[in-house]
Amino acid sequence: MPEMTLTEKILARHAGQPFVQPGDNVWVDTDILMTHDVCGPPTIGIFKQQFGSGAKVWDPDKVVIIPDHYIFTADAMANRNVETIRRFAAEQGLKHFYDVGTTQYKGVCHIALPEEGHTRPGEVLFGTDSHTCTAGAFGEFATGIGNTDAAFILGTGKSWLKTPASMRFIFHGKLPPYLMAKDLILSVIGDIGCDGATYRAMEFDGDGVYALGIEERMTLCNMVIEAGGKNGVIAPDRVTLDYVNARNKSAKPYTVMRSDPGAKYCFEKVYDVTKLEPIIAKPHSPDNRATVSQVKGERLDRAYIGSCTGGKLSDFRAAAQILKGHTVRIDTFVVPATSEIAASLKREKIDGQTLENVFLSAGAKIGEPSCAACLGGPSDTFGRLNTPMSCISTTNRNFPGRMGHREARVYLASPLTVAASAIAGRITDPRERLQ
Amino acid sequence: MRTIITGKAFVLGDNVDTDQIIPAHHLTLNPAIPEEFREFGKHALSSVPAAHKGLPKGHVAFHEDDEFISAYKVIIAGKNFGCGSSREHAPIALNAAGIEAVVAEFYARIFFRNAVNGAYLVPFESTDRLCERICTGDTVEINVQENVLINKTTGETWRLKPLGEVAPILEAGGLFAYARQVGMLKNSFSGEP
Repeated sequence: MPEMTLTEKILARHAGQPFVQPGDNVWVDTDILMTHDVCGPPTIGIFKQQFGSGAKVWDPDKVVIIPDHYIFTADAMANRNVETIRRFAAEQGLKHFYDVGTTQYKGVCHIALPEEGHTRPGEVLFGTDSHTCTAGAFGEFATGIGNTDAAFILGTGKSWLKTPASMRFIFHGKLPPYLMAKDLILSVIGDIGCDGATYRAMEFDGDGVYALGIEERMTLCNMVIEAGGKNGVIAPDRVTLDYVNARNKSAKPYTVMRSDPGAKYCFEKVYDVTKLEPIIAKPHSPDNRATVSQVKGERLDRAYIGSCTGGKLSDFRAAAQILKGHTVRIDTFVVPATSEIAASLKREKIDGQTLENVFLSAGAKIGEPSCAACLGGPSDTFGRLNTPMSCISTTNRNFPGRMGHREARVYLASPLTVAASAIAGRITDPRERLQ
Repeated sequence: MRTIITGKAFVLGDNVDTDQIIPAHHLTLNPAIPEEFREFGKHALSSVPAAHKGLPKGHVAFHEDDEFISAYKVIIAGKNFGCGSSREHAPIALNAAGIEAVVAEFYARIFFRNAVNGAYLVPFESTDRLCERICTGDTVEINVQENVLINKTTGETWRLKPLGEVAPILEAGGLFAYARQVGMLKNSFSGEP
């Protein structure tokens, strides 16, 4: 049998075929369908319109609904949308509904999914959000879809996919203390452009990847969509399995797969991580790459640390390491991705001081777990850029208007770079603070 | 899907992402509710920077702030149209504003899929860089069967790439209509695949 990449293997298995190759259209079975408060209501609308008002979802155990986008707002329409998904979850008997205002509430869906044990190697995960690709870090096929596709899956459990060709990015070496996964993925996007992986799978490999913790691997996979990628994927190792097994509450069995040695890649690039520098994406595109040293000194109005790509515990540990004992010179917003991470900020210590205390002592503001200002949102959203200001952010997109105002300028960088820049009020190389 | 699409062209550049097409703060509207669907037309393209709006000159209004429908019927764009978010609200907003076709060099995957799934508009790909050959306000005619775009203002003719495997889905009126047509879904309310 011809050899396959990890992505091809997962799709073949879910299509009930021994083999697929790039370009093949296949119908695949869904293991998990995730939706949230923004795309859930229209998905539910299409589902009812197409399957009937009394229709039941194909498998209530495989549907996960995570309100996270517009949660802490007075916006009546946003709150109406949460009510819509709440009613649907009740009517369908969905137990994986992480409702606002309850102890079940989680926050950002892409981090809540793994925390709550909904990500497993070898599975197919669809989500009505482009950053669903984050879960490729667990060795599964995960991709973002629209409302019509999601409604079709709600009724049938199936979706059709064109098998993507795979690109392989190999990282070698041990990451220096001033670099993070964000620097790696911004380097990749800068190299191939924000359309460089359109319709393709991006597989990450090499000892440099396997030296990363699971959260950092999620950062890599999270931003493949910023290069147009269909999915990002990292074959599981011990780190993956330890995380998954600790969280897989239902003890659902899964299959570990990896690419065959002779699998074909349409593109391959090797990086020596010890030779990379801190990277920044300048306004207004994630592929507008510069080294931090090239733009250092540029004035900033705000710093933002949060989101599915930059609001994980390891992101806050990194930021706190820089901020400890210092004061920020510009408004600095800290938004933990989930309630679990928010709780950890109160518990985890660095030199005897909690992370929360480090941030508050530095003068940063801490918000409630949610997507918050990463994608703008209603005007009362925590940290939203309501005026044409300059912001350095650990988030994943900086297209015009992304964080609010159409003329705001957003720089994307690692939590280390953002923290160092918050102290100076100007773009700052984290190496200046780590010495 | 109409066989001939005729109307004024609105020209944009490369990497027009979904936040420019429909800014995130409008996503509180639910397009599954008809009165709210209409609202998306009013906000379509509202975050495209003024200088990039209506090329080659820029600073062209797609429609007035209080209008739901634009006078333009066709969008001409460069590379990677619709990149960014998975929001189906993006092709919906263009549809609600009266756009019947987009002609881009190529699309971001999810936007293309969403456009086809809901048959909101016909997403054509061009072989030439038409965003540098067609001016905002030119009248264009697209022959959907022949894969040809004629610029009525200049008389030039441009070839478009065939729609290929998505043509039957667009002709059927979207994913659900297509799935019923080919027997994949039994009927409107069967609830069975």
